[in-house]
Amino acid sequence: MNTTNSTKAGIITPRSVLLYGLLFLMALFFLMPAYMAIITALKPPAEINLSTAWELPAKFHWSSFPEALRLLKPNIVSSVILTVCATVLSTILGSLNGYVFSKWKFKGSELIFTLFLFGMFIPYQVILIPLFQTLRAMNLYGGLPGLILAHVVYGLPITSLIFRNFYAQIPTALVESARLDGAGFFSIYTRIVFPLSIPGFVVTSLWQVTQIWNEFLWGICLTRHADNPITVGLAQLAGGQAVSWNLPMAGSIMAAAPVLAIYIFLGRYFIRGLLAGSVKE
Amino acid sequence: MREASRDRLQAFLTLLPSIILIGIFVYGFIGNTIWISMTNWGGDGALALNPEMQFVGLENYIDLFTGFLSSGFRQDLVNAVYYSIMLLAGAISLGMFIAILLDQKPKGEDLLRTIFLYPMSLSFIVSGTIWRWLLAPQGGVNILPTYIGLPALDFKWTSSTRAVLEFNWQNLLQIFLYIAAFALILIGLWILKSNPDRAVKRWLGPGVIIGLCAWLGGSLLPQALFMEETHGFNLATLGIIIATVWQYSGYTMALYLAGFNGISQDLRDAAMLDGASETAYYRHIAIPMLKPITISAVIILSHISLKMFDIIFAMTGPDNAQTGHPALSMYMTTFRANDFARGAAIAIVLFMVAALFIVPYVVSQYRQRARG
Repeated sequence: MNTTNSTKAGIITPRSVLLYGLLFLMALFFLMPAYMAIITALKPPAEINLSTAWELPAKFHWSSFPEALRLLKPNIVSSVILTVCATVLSTILGSLNGYVFSKWKFKGSELIFTLFLFGMFIPYQVILIPLFQTLRAMNLYGGLPGLILAHVVYGLPITSLIFRNFYAQIPTALVESARLDGAGFFSIYTRIVFPLSIPGFVVTSLWQVTQIWNEFLWGICLTRHADNPITVGLAQLAGGQAVSWNLPMAGSIMAAAPVLAIYIFLGRYFIRGLLAGSVKE
Repeated sequence: MREASRDRLQAFLTLLPSIILIGIFVYGFIGNTIWISMTNWGGDGALALNPEMQFVGLENYIDLFTGFLSSGFRQDLVNAVYYSIMLLAGAISLGMFIAILLDQKPKGEDLLRTIFLYPMSLSFIVSGTIWRWLLAPQGGVNILPTYIGLPALDFKWTSSTRAVLEFNWQNLLQIFLYIAAFALILIGLWILKSNPDRAVKRWLGPGVIIGLCAWLGGSLLPQALFMEETHGFNLATLGIIIATVWQYSGYTMALYLAGFNGISQDLRDAAMLDGASETAYYRHIAIPMLKPITISAVIILSHISLKMFDIIFAMTGPDNAQTGHPALSMYMTTFRANDFARGAAIAIVLFMVAALFIVPYVVSQYRQRARG
């Protein structure tokens, strides 16, 4: 079997040197920002200098992390509450919607699904002003409940999509035979579909957690200072004029850590959500 | 039978809250923004609970495109076009390139894939903050060459004021005609193989004629402005483009890699037996087979580039004219200047551009599903 992979055999050929050389260069380019963030966060402010930016700190200096944590703590608390509430609500609703869209199609349900999907692609600037006004009229502007509502509503298209595609894999015959046995809409969901849904819930919630944790536009437009999520807190920390760069870098690492951890430890589900988000069917 | 119809009713009622929410929050709000964009809501009383507003028709739009003081918005719009093109070109080609490298199944493929995809999990604020430091004028990327003995660069990544590929906004109508001609010709070429007759009659012919007319008669068209105003590709946007490509090429890589893995090994072996080289395999077999993936990637990336707000905010702040974007000026106009009507008009322009890509895509997806 002559597969094309001379590389696998461990023989050094010009082709494999080129392949590994290119991959190495690419990997360097992709890791460069992470390296920079880590070494800068570990330097004391006095040691941070543009001309020595790439050099390792003389001695690891951890105090930027507790300092950044102190400054960002309220934002982290807000983001955790926001992410948990909005993720739970939007995945539950998405699961029910996906169940209807895949197993209880009715005349026009494909059209409704398409109209849902469209909501996923709009630039959110186009709904920002009415959203702001509506939340203000409902007395939800400025705090977390309004932000949670926004994330739940605009999360519906993607969560319904992922669950619809996921439930499409459950054989319809299973649902049909349960119906013949007299099971109704909800009992089929609770007894058959829901227990099979765990991977779907994992994929969808990881996707939602990532999106909501990383979101910025609504955070800055719809919340007051006390309830700003982590991204807004970080932007303020990094935005000042005379910043010492160790703090924003430590803050960046902390803001990235939860999602990076998900990505590293649950990468398979993360990538599945990513591919599902590209409307691949 | 009664049971079945009760189930159907329950299914519909389950969906109903979401339908209502999407109906109001997506479609109702879009309609509301269109209405606001046609009023004069703004100024002192703008934040009152019942602000005074009058209908002014298309005045805000006309002002954005031809008003004397709106040149900033026009530059933002031009920037947005360049941002989109560069992000698409960069992320798709780099992602495809890395996917081909990884498709050779090198050792450590899993680790490499993890490295190439991790930026995707970061928020734009995080990556923007880090890249801002990397692109500082006297440090970061600019001093990298000194480590291999070359002189340092002195490029002002995010604050350069140089622009290339400039054109004159006075000729707005001519430019629109060129774009229309270009789009017609592109569609014509796209379907030339499958339906040559229709391609020539409906698309290529009109495209060439419009292009020629615009070229020959351009100077006769009415001008949008009474004085010259040039806009171009600002070199300051390069830094932001690099950061975005860095963040999103892992995503296109994941898409293509999934696609390549889906192509059967038999097909590949057969091609190799027929004497196809590695390059020919990708060029003539693998990449054409992944056309649906390329289309998805174009749609996703172009809608991301039209929402580009956070990364610009984090890298150059909201007030840098060189790196502006309508998504950012919408925020500034609405929430900093309290000019809601104008902000709404900017949002609708952004929406229209996005709809150009999204509507055909969503409609074709719908047709596919309805058929399947």
